[in-house]
Amino acid sequence: MARTESQSNEKFAGRWFWRYASPATFFPLAGKIELLCWVLAIVLAAVGLYMGFFVAPTDAQQGEVYRVIFIHVPAAWMAMVIYLAMAFWACTGLVLGTRLSFMMSHALAPTGAIMSVVALWTGALWGRPTWGTYWVWDARLTSTLILFFLYVGYMALAASFDDKKKGDRASALIALVGAINVPIIYFSVKWWNTLHQGSSVRPGSSSMATTMLTAMMIMTFAFWAYCIAAAMHRLRTEIIERERNAAWLKEAVKEAIK
Amino acid sequence: MIWESWGAFWDMGGRGFFVWGSYGALAIAIVAELVALKRARTAALKALQEENDL
Repeated sequence: MARTESQSNEKFAGRWFWRYASPATFFPLAGKIELLCWVLAIVLAAVGLYMGFFVAPTDAQQGEVYRVIFIHVPAAWMAMVIYLAMAFWACTGLVLGTRLSFMMSHALAPTGAIMSVVALWTGALWGRPTWGTYWVWDARLTSTLILFFLYVGYMALAASFDDKKKGDRASALIALVGAINVPIIYFSVKWWNTLHQGSSVRPGSSSMATTMLTAMMIMTFAFWAYCIAAAMHRLRTEIIERERNAAWLKEAVKEAIK
Repeated sequence: MIWESWGAFWDMGGRGFFVWGSYGALAIAIVAELVALKRARTAALKALQEENDL
């Protein structure tokens, strides 16, 4: 049965998320989300660091160096989660043609790249005293390095087109194809014999002391909040760049500088 | 406090270099990102104002 355009518009009009697919509507909401997330990030990081350094006990096997875990694991998780989010918005942009989706994807990439660098760097510094080496070409480490290169490739490709729409579509393809690397990273410690340890956190059971685990989870939420805040800030900048001739934005800036 | 002294805290059981090297790198990364965010916003607003004679 063929649907008329007005029918399908009616169908979408009742859905709140379609309203927010417009940059003009999402711009102020993104600002509110950003502010909330900065506050959450600061509070959660303060609590998480306090717990991590002053409540969590010394590890029986590793001594104090294990305290790197409170930033290493959250950074590694965020590097993977952000890539998946980036691929999701790239896919949404390709399928629906919504320009805000591509902008969302671009806004996430630099923060994801930073998270992958932090995961690699802290992992190297943790590996030296515990494994005796900063780096080894094992499956977990190598696939995480590839994740970093995928972020860099995505950003380079998106920036290399004068026509932003072409850049959106080309980079979205890298984001989508590269997404296959994320489950490879995640399961690498199961699929291959790696120097990297298996996961200490599993649903229902965990091999970590309660205070260590709590501190790590609070730090994880702090990282989530930080990444969302940074991405929202970058998204708003991207909207200002791309919509600089839109009447609503000109009005908003006029109001702000008055 | 679980540390005998602040000296023991900074020493991290002899692993201070690795622990603080990790946290220090994260701090540098965050500051660098915040500076980049601020710069990009300023540039975007400037371009918008110039283009629209605001």
